[in-house]
Parts: sequence; C-alpha cells; structure tokens
Amino acid sequence: MQLQTQTRPKVISVQVIEDRIDAATAIQFKERMRDITAGGTQRVVLDLARVQFLDSSGLGAIVAVKKLLGPDRVLELSGLTPTVEKVFRLTRMDSVFTIHPTLEAAVAHAASA
Amino acid sequence: MLPAHDPFAQADTHDLVLRADPLSVRSALQSITSVPPVSQLTHDQRATVELVLAEVLNNVAEHAYAEVAGHVAVTIVLVPGGMACEVVDEGGAMPGGTLPEGQLPDDALAEGGFGWHLIRTLTKDLSYRRQRGTNRLNFLIPLSDL
Repeated sequence: MQLQTQTRPKVISVQVIEDRIDAATAIQFKERMRDITAGGTQRVVLDLARVQFLDSSGLGAIVAVKKLLGPDRVLELSGLTPTVEKVFRLTRMDSVFTIHPTLEAAVAHAASA
Repeated sequence: MLPAHDPFAQADTHDLVLRADPLSVRSALQSITSVPPVSQLTHDQRATVELVLAEVLNNVAEHAYAEVAGHVAVTIVLVPGGMACEVVDEGGAMPGGTLPEGQLPDDALAEGGFGWHLIRTLTKDLSYRRQRGTNRLNFLIPLSDL
C-alpha cells in the first residue's frame, strides 16, 4: 500500500498511489493512515484520484480512519473517480464526507479553514 | 416436456474456480474483467460487474469460509438485459438460510454493512439455495443500455 504524504502547518494530505483499496488491502490502508496521522492535530485530506476500485471493505476502512481521527479532526476527500464516487453515492457516504474535486481544492479549503 | 431454459448451459459462459481469500478474489476479478463477456462491456458496466462480484466473493471468503479454507466457483453469462451470475461454494450456510436485507446501518459512521446494500442495489432476481452442503447464489446484474 503506497501512500504519498505531505505535511503542512494546517493540513496533512495523503495521496493513495494504488489503483484499488479492497478487501485485500483495507486493513493495511487503515493502519498506514493511523501511523501517518498519529500525534498531529492538522486536518487530513485523502486524495483518491488514482484509485479506480473501492469495495465495501475499502469504504469501511476510510470510515474507520475518519472515526479514529475523532470528532475534532476533519477528514476530507478529493479526486473521486467515477467508480469510487458511485460507491460513496450508493452507500450515502457522500453525505458523511466533504468531497473536493481535486487535491489542490481540498488543501486550499483546509488551509483557509 | 422440455427442460427449463438454463442460461448457464450456453457455450459463451465464463467459468472460474478460485480460492476464497481476498488476494485470490482480486486476481479473479482482474481475469474476469479482462476477457469476454465482461471485457466487451462499457467502462461503467465493467465497474458495476467487478464491484458486485467483489462483494459477493469477499462475503464468501469472509463468512462462508470463516472457519475453514475453500473454493468458490463463479459462472457469468451475458443474457438479454444483463449479466447472469452464479456463485457456488461449499462453506457454511447463510445464517437463518436467507440473504441479509442489506439495509444501510443507522450509525452514520458504521464501518461495515455496505456490502449487501451494494449487492441488492446493483442486482435483481437474487436467489439463494442451500443444497447438499453447497451454497448457490444466482442474480442478474442489469446493464440497461445493452
């Protein structure tokens, strides 16, 4: 599971450099995200622009990351491909997460928050 | 009397037997989507078929074979209106002998319970039979613009 992280004063952005988050990688993804975000207080942006496939296990892992960040730390998403967007829409998770069109938009939004 | 029409008796079906574990499911999905009939679909249709099969096969791996390892067989065939699918395994039976309702969890931050919701939303004619130690799941993935 390759994740590319950039830490700024107010926001940590994480780009998923994999074409899928599925049942085979969901647990690993969740643990990597926990390590990356541990100790900080910044907002977190998760960029899914390279992810072509997300199943219910992958979705569950993203929800788990939001939960482990706690109520005071924001997790926002960016760059959903059409297939991934469909999974969010069908499970109504598109109403739980703020979703930005691009990583740049998400980071700009987080930096101004 | 003629036997009932069986779409799976046709020649242009794609059959696959795989070990029921997440990595085998992933490679099975890659092989199913890269050959006919699924490879001939549009990008969106292929994505729908891949998602439904991922949910069904990972359920088998996670639940039917929760206690022991085993295999699962997938057969898919293009029929008028969609992709007919049959998934057969020799794992444990569905609890209560019926399929989950697939209602979304009430908790907005539930980490599970999405799988059957996706399957029920993206398929129709879902049927489940437990017979002589096997689970047999049949469903149609409607592909409206075929």
